[in-house]
Formats: sequence, C-alpha cells, structure tokens
Amino acid sequence: MGRATGLTGRLAADVDRAFPEFVLTYQDRLYSGVRSFVGAADAEDVTQEAFIRAHKALQSYDEHRIEALQVSAWLWTIALNLCRNWVRTRSRRPQTVQLSFDRSGGEEADDAAVEAVMLDAWKQRLAGLSEAQRVAVVLRHVVGLNYQEIAAATERPVGTTKTDVSRGLAALRKTISEEGSP
Amino acid sequence: MTDIANALKALATTAPTSLTTDVLTATGTGRFYDIVSGPTGDLLIGWSTTGVYAVAPITEKDHFLEANAEGPMKPIPQELPDKWHRQVAAALDSGKLGRLPVDLSGLTEFQQAVLRKTIEIPPGQLRPYGWVAREIGKPGATRAVGSALNKNPVPVLVPCHRVGRSDGTVGRYAYGPKMKRDLLRAEGLDPDAIDDAAERGVRFVGSATTNIYCHPTCHNAKRIKEANRVELRTAGAAEKAGFRACMVCRPAAAA
Repeated sequence: MGRATGLTGRLAADVDRAFPEFVLTYQDRLYSGVRSFVGAADAEDVTQEAFIRAHKALQSYDEHRIEALQVSAWLWTIALNLCRNWVRTRSRRPQTVQLSFDRSGGEEADDAAVEAVMLDAWKQRLAGLSEAQRVAVVLRHVVGLNYQEIAAATERPVGTTKTDVSRGLAALRKTISEEGSP
Repeated sequence: MTDIANALKALATTAPTSLTTDVLTATGTGRFYDIVSGPTGDLLIGWSTTGVYAVAPITEKDHFLEANAEGPMKPIPQELPDKWHRQVAAALDSGKLGRLPVDLSGLTEFQQAVLRKTIEIPPGQLRPYGWVAREIGKPGATRAVGSALNKNPVPVLVPCHRVGRSDGTVGRYAYGPKMKRDLLRAEGLDPDAIDDAAERGVRFVGSATTNIYCHPTCHNAKRIKEANRVELRTAGAAEKAGFRACMVCRPAAAA
C-alpha cells in the first residue's frame, strides 16, 4: 500500500526507532475496532497487548518480511486473535456489569454517560450478527479497512468478505428498525 | 446501507493517551526522560533505546518536553536502565563521556564532527571555537562551530561548555553564560581569570624551559612554574620567539 511504504521502510530499517510512529499511526483505529468487539472496560488492555505482540513479532522478522507487510491487515490478524480469546475467557467467567458514574459532574460526565449508552446499544446490535459478519462490518465501517485488507486479516476470500459486510449491514438495519417499533 | 454505515462511524474514537504511554513503556520504544544530579544542579536526561538524545537543566522542563516531543507524544518519565544510569552518573562525575551511548543521529555530519571533537576536550580545559574548526579540517568554519555547539542536544555530557570564543574569553552558552561559568568552576577553572587574561590579549602560554606553548588551560600549561611562564598573544609570535606548539593541545595548525 502506497501510504504504508514509508512506515514499513522505517520499521524494516529499525523496528524500535519507528515503533512509536507505528503506534501513533494505528492506535486510534485499533482501539476503536477492539472496543467494538470487547467493550470499553477491556479495550485498552486488549489493544495494548496487540501492540506488544506486534512489536515482538516485528523484532523477529527480517527486513524483507517487514517491507512486504500489509500492516493494517497483519495488525488486525493479531488483534482479532486476542479479541476472540478475550471473548472465550469472558464467556467462562460470570459477567459483571460495571456501572461507573462520574458525579464530579459537568458536561464531561454527561458526554461519557451518553457515549456509554451509545456503545451499549451498538454492542447489543452487533451481538446479533454472526462472528464473521460482526468482524467484517466493524473492520469495514468502524476501522476503515478495505475489502482486500479485511480478507487478508480474516483469511477469507474477498468475495465472502463483501457478502459478510452487506449481510451484516442489512441485519443491523433490520435490528434498528425493530428498535424503533417495539 | 450508507445510513447504517455512517451510524457505525460513531464507534470510531481516539485511543486514551495512557495506551500510548503504556505500549511504548512496555516495549521500551518510547522517548523517556529521567532526572539526574549534575555538577551544577539537577539535569533532565532524555533517553531511548538508542541512547541519550537530550540533556537540559531541570529549570527548562517545559521547553525540554515540548522540544523533544515526537508528534503529540512528549517524553515519558521513566528511570534510566541501571547500566546507563551508572554511566551517566560516572560521566557527570568525571567529566568524561566514557562508553555512554549518545544519540546524535538527528544532526548533520558537520554538527556530529564538532560534537565528537568536543568530547575529546578534557575536563577543566577550554578551547576556542577556531580550534575545533581547525581540528575537524574546516579551519574557516569558526562561526558554524559556534552555532553547532549552541544546538548541542546533549550539553554537559558532550562538554560544549569547554569551548569558548576565539578571543580567549569564556563566551556564551545555550542555557546562559552563568551555567557555563559554573560548569567550568566545577571543573576547577576560574572563568573570571580566563576572561581577564584574554582581555589582556593573552591567547597562549609558553614555558621558558621547554620552549613549548599551549592553550592557557592545557594540563601542560598548568604545570609551568610561574617564573618560567611566558604569556603569548599569537601563534606567530610564539613561533617567532622560538616556541613550538604543544602536541597535546595543538594550539596551531601542524606545519
């Protein structure tokens, strides 16, 4: 990918030196996607672990392998694995709902509460999709990957990925219209 | 489907800053800083996996954090690794850099050459800008040497305080002349006496017994007994009077 060439080149030359740039480049999208899968409470931990694993992997690759990386897709392969593991361990533990209201007040607390409600609503809707659809929809429309990158990250054919996204969106639309008329 | 697709964009957000800090700390790839006691007060020591990249007096903390930010990421407070901490302490104590890795990679070749030459000046000695210029093979670049030293990212460790004006006076310093004079005092020099001698026109001193002339602060010059000490105004005058240049402090271009 044209835009990534510079960064992969710098990573290939010196992983540690280019790593902060790598983190700053991808952290918002990675965190947003991870948060959509695992929820706000654990998103930071899971994202951090994904970056640490990415760093370890980069240190073990030779420069040609780094130069050839499709960085977004590769990073998401790592992150999706962690999200799946997180969901698995989570399902074996009793779920505790964390309610934290900042009573120190003001608009900030209101914003946080509004965002928490919004996140929770999306979490419910996304939970209604199959895993493949959920992953494809989030990677396409929250993270902004293209179909080819999603296919590479999920190791599925591009055509299937496109179908997953469109069926996922259709299912979400149906869910939302039903929310409107209880 | 664009309505839903647009609605999903609400899930896109910015990562908390603690995430960046934690990742860079856990992987050891951030730009960090520590505070270490220096010869004239506490110093901020900026470090990363490649070595020490910045030094500044603690009083300059805000500027230090701004100037060394990478994009929005300011240096992260984090203790130096043990080995480097020992090396920094030893360098500050002895005035010699030793094996401490210093990252000069952001500088031009000329700036690096100036700083590497400056590292060779022993503690307690002062050389003029022109000396550095000549030693690195750019005898005409005296002013450029001055500005390269003024931009020294790692002062104190790379002792730009040991380079003074070509008229022999102590001169200016990026963090103010007082800090330069204090650093020289801490190394046993008397900056006022240096300025006084320079203002009297003294550039070199020679020994009447060895017929060798030196920069006034060369360790060989300090050993000359008062009775044998000859003050000299120019290298030419010294040569004419039968003195030859000291091989250690090299007060003039090799003939």
